[in-house]
Amino acid sequence: MTGGNHSALFRAKEPRLPGLLAAKLLLVMVALVFCLGLSVQGALAVSDPGELLANPVQEARAEAIGQQLRCLVCQNESIEDSSADLAKDIRTIIRQQVTAGRTNQQIIHYMVQRYGTFILLKPPFDLMTAVLWGTPIAALAVGIGIAIFSVRRQRRRGARGPAPLSDAERARLEALLRS
Amino acid sequence: MSDLPHPPVGQPRPIGRRLMLGVPLGLLAVAAGGWAVMLQRMQKGEFDPHTLPSQLIGKKVPDFTLPGLNGPGITGAELQAPKQPMLVNFFASWCLPCMEEAAVLKEIAAQGLPIWGITYKDKPEATRAFLAKNGNPYQRIAMDLPGRVAINWGVYGVPETYFIDGGGIVRWRFAGPLTDVVVRRDIVRLLARAEKTAA
Repeated sequence: MTGGNHSALFRAKEPRLPGLLAAKLLLVMVALVFCLGLSVQGALAVSDPGELLANPVQEARAEAIGQQLRCLVCQNESIEDSSADLAKDIRTIIRQQVTAGRTNQQIIHYMVQRYGTFILLKPPFDLMTAVLWGTPIAALAVGIGIAIFSVRRQRRRGARGPAPLSDAERARLEALLRS
Repeated sequence: MSDLPHPPVGQPRPIGRRLMLGVPLGLLAVAAGGWAVMLQRMQKGEFDPHTLPSQLIGKKVPDFTLPGLNGPGITGAELQAPKQPMLVNFFASWCLPCMEEAAVLKEIAAQGLPIWGITYKDKPEATRAFLAKNGNPYQRIAMDLPGRVAINWGVYGVPETYFIDGGGIVRWRFAGPLTDVVVRRDIVRLLARAEKTAA
């Protein structure tokens, strides 16, 4: 039972399906929770209805821009969600610029010019954020690499099949069968 | 049983094992080292994870015109072509850290580095009372009541202090109350460098 290959073969036949199924279900559930968490947005903190633009299309645009911008005072909320004074001012500026007919890109550029890319809740890919963006991809690549490597190794071994028994092993087997 | 020959033991793969153990442990050690350095620098006040870099560094300040509190106001043009290195300090009477740094600002002004103040969303009477109580280190004070000039500078809180060199280029921004440590560490160095480039 000490041969590595043999024990692996036996393990595959063990009735461990319920455990595997449960693990898969758990994975699916975790994935679902993540997806839901990403799509569900919190309610906006625009407290003063006077802040809102009368034109609903423009207001929606302004809110969409504000949700992409970080409140610089609280740093973990968007401009739309924050009740900080500075966030309120920036909301007002966004709405003024939307009404003035500036594009989303122009308005976001205006903010980045003043506060840097830190104001973007979704950081752009640049030298500073290369590690941030690159790590998941690198981790995935390493994982796929390891998976391919081990599957290949196992296949190579499977093709060769287990090594034929030596005389000593055959003798031991016969002794075991006889007893 | 003992007289039975033992089956061959599977060949161990020491390199693979060592890698599987060593690489994660090595990464962990690097991460822990970086973490320790960060914590130490935070404790010494050299690093604050909440400060963000100013976009004005290496540039001239934007154009603006602000009314003065008592005498003349401040314009961007004056700060774009200053006569000598100087500090610009955004402050407000309602801001507690501004009170904290008042003594440090006084000391800086006494050393001969001009400080111009810009009040952020502050009523003039409140500013005057604040200055009467805490002292007035400013050569000139202008008022940014709507706070829009501050946004154009990238100010995200008060107090904030900017160092402008003799060529009108912003070289440094500090968010939060100035302390003796900051003066010794940053302002002295900035002044030395400004003098070197001027000479």
